[in-house]
Amino acid sequence: MDNIICVCGHENPKGTILCGNCGRPLTDEAEKQKLLDMRYEGSARRSQTYNKSMIDKVWNFFSSVKIGVSLIVIILVAAAIGTILPQVLYVPATTETDIAAYYERVYGTFGEIYYKLGLSDLYGSWWFQTLIGMLGISLIVASLDRVIPLYKSLKKQRTRRHESFMKRQRLFGKGQNTLGDSSLLKSEEKLKELRYNVKVENGALLAEKGRFSRWGPYVNHAGLIIFLFGVMLRALPGFYVDETLWIREGETRAIPETPGFYLESKEFILETYDKSQADEVFGEAIERVGTIASNYQTDVILYQKPEDALPGDTKNLKQIKEESIQVNKPLKFEGFAVYQMDFRLDELRSMQFSLINKETEEPLGDLSIDLVNPEKTYKVGEDSTVELLGYYPDFSGFEDGEPQTKSPLPNNPAFLVKMITPQTPKGETSFVAIKQTLEPLGENEYKLAFQNVETRDVSGLTIRKDKTLWILALGGLLFMIGVVQGAYFNHRRIWIHETTDGQLAVAAHTNKNWFALKKELDQVSEIAQLPAYEDQQELETEVDKKDGEKSS
Amino acid sequence: MTLVDISGNLLFFAFVCYLVATLLFGGAVKGSKTEESASEKRWGKLGITVTILGFISNLGYFVTRWIAAGHAPVSNLFEFTTAFGMMIVGAFILIYFIYKTPFLGLFALPVAIIIIAYASMFPRELNPLIPALKSYWLTVHVITAALGESILAISAVAGLIYLLKHVDITKRTKQRFWLEAVMFTLVLVLGFVASSTTFSFMDYEASFSYVDKEEKPQEITYDTPALFGMNQYEALSPNAMVPLAEMPPIVNAKKLSTVTWALIFGTVLYGLIRLISRKSISALLQPLVKKANSTLMDEIGYRAVLIGFPVFTLGALIFAMIWAQEAWSRFWGWDPKEVWALITWLFYAAFLHLRLSRGWHGEKSAWLAVIGFIIIMFNLIAVNLIIAGLHSYA
Repeated sequence: MDNIICVCGHENPKGTILCGNCGRPLTDEAEKQKLLDMRYEGSARRSQTYNKSMIDKVWNFFSSVKIGVSLIVIILVAAAIGTILPQVLYVPATTETDIAAYYERVYGTFGEIYYKLGLSDLYGSWWFQTLIGMLGISLIVASLDRVIPLYKSLKKQRTRRHESFMKRQRLFGKGQNTLGDSSLLKSEEKLKELRYNVKVENGALLAEKGRFSRWGPYVNHAGLIIFLFGVMLRALPGFYVDETLWIREGETRAIPETPGFYLESKEFILETYDKSQADEVFGEAIERVGTIASNYQTDVILYQKPEDALPGDTKNLKQIKEESIQVNKPLKFEGFAVYQMDFRLDELRSMQFSLINKETEEPLGDLSIDLVNPEKTYKVGEDSTVELLGYYPDFSGFEDGEPQTKSPLPNNPAFLVKMITPQTPKGETSFVAIKQTLEPLGENEYKLAFQNVETRDVSGLTIRKDKTLWILALGGLLFMIGVVQGAYFNHRRIWIHETTDGQLAVAAHTNKNWFALKKELDQVSEIAQLPAYEDQQELETEVDKKDGEKSS
Repeated sequence: MTLVDISGNLLFFAFVCYLVATLLFGGAVKGSKTEESASEKRWGKLGITVTILGFISNLGYFVTRWIAAGHAPVSNLFEFTTAFGMMIVGAFILIYFIYKTPFLGLFALPVAIIIIAYASMFPRELNPLIPALKSYWLTVHVITAALGESILAISAVAGLIYLLKHVDITKRTKQRFWLEAVMFTLVLVLGFVASSTTFSFMDYEASFSYVDKEEKPQEITYDTPALFGMNQYEALSPNAMVPLAEMPPIVNAKKLSTVTWALIFGTVLYGLIRLISRKSISALLQPLVKKANSTLMDEIGYRAVLIGFPVFTLGALIFAMIWAQEAWSRFWGWDPKEVWALITWLFYAAFLHLRLSRGWHGEKSAWLAVIGFIIIMFNLIAVNLIIAGLHSYA
C-alpha cells in the first residue's frame, strides 16, 4: 500500500528515488537535480525510509556514513594520544604503585595526569574498546543498509531507460542517428570487443562491465567484521595462551598450559658481530655503534609425557624434537609456538666453599651448594658436616635480626650454616654472604671460605597459542580481496537508444575513473557515429566558476 | 672502487637527474600556451626521459647496496627514507604514463629530492642486521609499506597542485595561511639539510656527560653546537659551546638542538626567499600551475589513493602483523609505529568514505590528501626520532 507506482507502471517500494524499471526520478528533489545521484541506484534504503520506532532510530544512527567517519576520526585521535607517552605495557614496572611512581618520576606532573586519566592504558580502556565496538556495529549496519537494495536494483536493470534518466547522467549526448539501424549493431560489436556485456532490446542497448567491483566495499567490510570478531574471540578461555617461561641451561621444565610438554634447555647462545670478521662492509657501523648482536638462540629439546604417566612423573619423557629457537624462528608444535624473547646472562648456579680452620687455614674439605636446589646437609671431608639452616637467594639485609630475601632468584645468595667438625661437635653457627661472614653466636674456630662460582645463562621464552589466527587471516584476506575488487576495477555502463522522435541518445555512468570511461565511449562513438556527448559535471563547474568571477 | 662506492655514486647521479628533470618539466609547463602544445610535449618527453634515467640509476643504487650488504637496503632510517624517495619517483613515472601531465613531475620530483636529501643526513654506512630484523619479512613488509606510502604521496602532490591553483592568495584566508604553512614546512626540511651539512662540513663535535631519566650517568656527543644541554650536563670537550638552557631528563637535548638549528636555518632560508622575491612561496609557484587541469588533478589525487590504499594495507598492516606474530609473538602490540600505521590507514579510510559518500571532491579532497602525506611523514620522522618504540632502529 506504501508502494510508489511509476508512470511506466512499475511498483517501487516506499523510499525509492529512481524507478527500478525505467529510471524516472520519483521524488521532487531528484526531479529538480541536473545530475542524478546514482549512489545505490536510487533504491529504497531502510535508513532513508523509516524513522519511527527506537529500532529505526538506532539503525539510522549506525547506518550513517557521517557517524562512521566520525567514529573513525575519534578512534584516530584517541590512538594518537596513546602514543604521547609509553603505554603501561612498555614501562619497566609491574605493580600499580610502581607504575604510578614511574610516570610521576620520569614524566613529572604531565606523566601523573596522563596516568591518572588512564591514558597510560588507553587501548585497553573500556571507552576505547566501546568505540571499536561501535565502529564494528556501524560497519555491519551501514553495509546491510546499502548492499541489499543495491543488489536488487542492479540485478533487474531494464535495457531501455526513460529519457529523464538519460539526460541526468554525467555523460549524455543526443543527436542525429546518421547510420540508422546499424549504429546500434556497430556499437554492440565494438562494446563486446571492449569486453562489455551487451543487451539489446527493441532499439535500446545497455552495455555493462565490472559490476562485481560494486561489491568490493561490502566484501572488505565483511572482512573487517570477521577480523574484529576474531579479536573478540580471544577473550574466551581456550582460544588464547600467553605465558612466560624462564628456563636455565641444563633445566627441564614443563611448558605451561600445554598438554604434557616439557622443554630442556641445552644452551643459550648470544652472538655479536665480530669487527675483525665482519668484512670491511660493516666495519664502520660497528665502530660507531659498538657491539651489535647477531643472534639470540636457545638450543632446546622438546619432550612429551607418555599419556599414562602420573602427574608430576617426569621419567620416561618421550623426545619429540631437538631445535634451536631464535628470534624470528619460534619452535612450533601442536598449535603452540615458543619464542626467544629475553635472556639473563651468567646467573649464579652453584657456589664452592672450603671448610677451613681460621687460625691454621688448614682445609677440612670442600663443598658445592646448588643455588636452585640446595641440600639440607653436606658432608665435608672425612668426618665433618655443614648443615644449611637458612638459604636467602637474593639477600637484601636484616629485619629484626632476620635475614631477608628480595626474590627467589640467586642474585645475591646468603646462607645460615652450622659447621660440625670433630673439634666442634656441638657445631658453630655462621652467616655467609658474598664478601661477608657474620658469627652471630660468638667467635668460631672454623669458617667457610669462598672458592669459586659456577654460572649459567637463563632464557626468557614466551609460549603462545592463538586459535583465532585463522579467523583473523580470513578476515584480512577478505578485506584485501574486497579493496582490490573495489579499487582496481570499475563498474561502467553505457546506454544507447533510439528516441521516439527518431534521434539517438547516449548516456554513460561509472562509479569511478571517468577518464577511462570517456576513452572507451570515444572509441565506440567513432565507429558507430554516435551523437557527441558532454561531461555535464565539468560544464557545471565551469558555469560555477564564471558565475563566481562575475560576482567578485 | 668497491660496490658500496659504486652504489653511492649511482644515488648521486640519480639525484642530479631528478634536479635536471624538474627543470625540464618546468620548461614544459612554462613553454606552453595551450594545454597540449608541441613544446609541452617536447619538454615533457625530455623530462620523463631524464626522470627514467635517474630512476634506473636509483634502482642501481638499491640493487648494488643490497648485494653489498646481503640484505635489502631498508634496515635503517637512511636506507628506508631513500627507498621511499625512489618509490615516489617510480609511482610518479607510473602515473605519468596514465595521465601524461608535466605538472605532476614539476612537483613530485622536488618532493622526492627533498626526501632523499633529508635521508642522506643520517648515518649512511652499511649496518649488519640485529636478530629482530633477520627475516625475509623485512624485505617484504618494508618494501610494500614504502611502495604504498609513495603512491599515497603522489595523491598529496596532485592535491598540492590543485590547491596552488585554487586557493585565492590575494585575500587573507585560512586556506592561504595553511597552504603557505605547508610550503614553509618543506623549506624547514631544507633547513635541516642545510644545517646538518654545514656542521658536518665543519666537523663539529662536542661531548657532554649527563644524568639520564633512570638517574644513571651517561655520555653523549653532539654534532651541532649545543643550544640545549642534557639533564645536569658537564662539558667534556674543551671548546664546546655552553648550552643556553638545561633540559629535564626526559628531553633529549641533543635532538632538540638539532631540530632548533634546522628551524633557524629553515626560517632564515624562508626569510631570504621572501625578501628576494617579495612574494610568498605559494604566490611564487602559482603561475606555474595556472594551466594545470583541475579535474585531472582531482582525479589523479583520488586514483593515487585508490591504488595506494590497498598496497599500504597489505604492506604496513597485514605483512606487518604476520611478521610481528613471527618475531614478537603477537601480531599487534600497540607499539607507536604500529599505532601510527593504523592512524594513517584510518585516515585514508575516512578520506575514501568522505569522498565516496559525502561528495568531498576538489579542494576538500586536495586538503585531505595533503594532510595524509603529513601523517605519513610524521610517522617516518617524528615517531622514529621522538617517540621511542620497538621500531627505533636508526
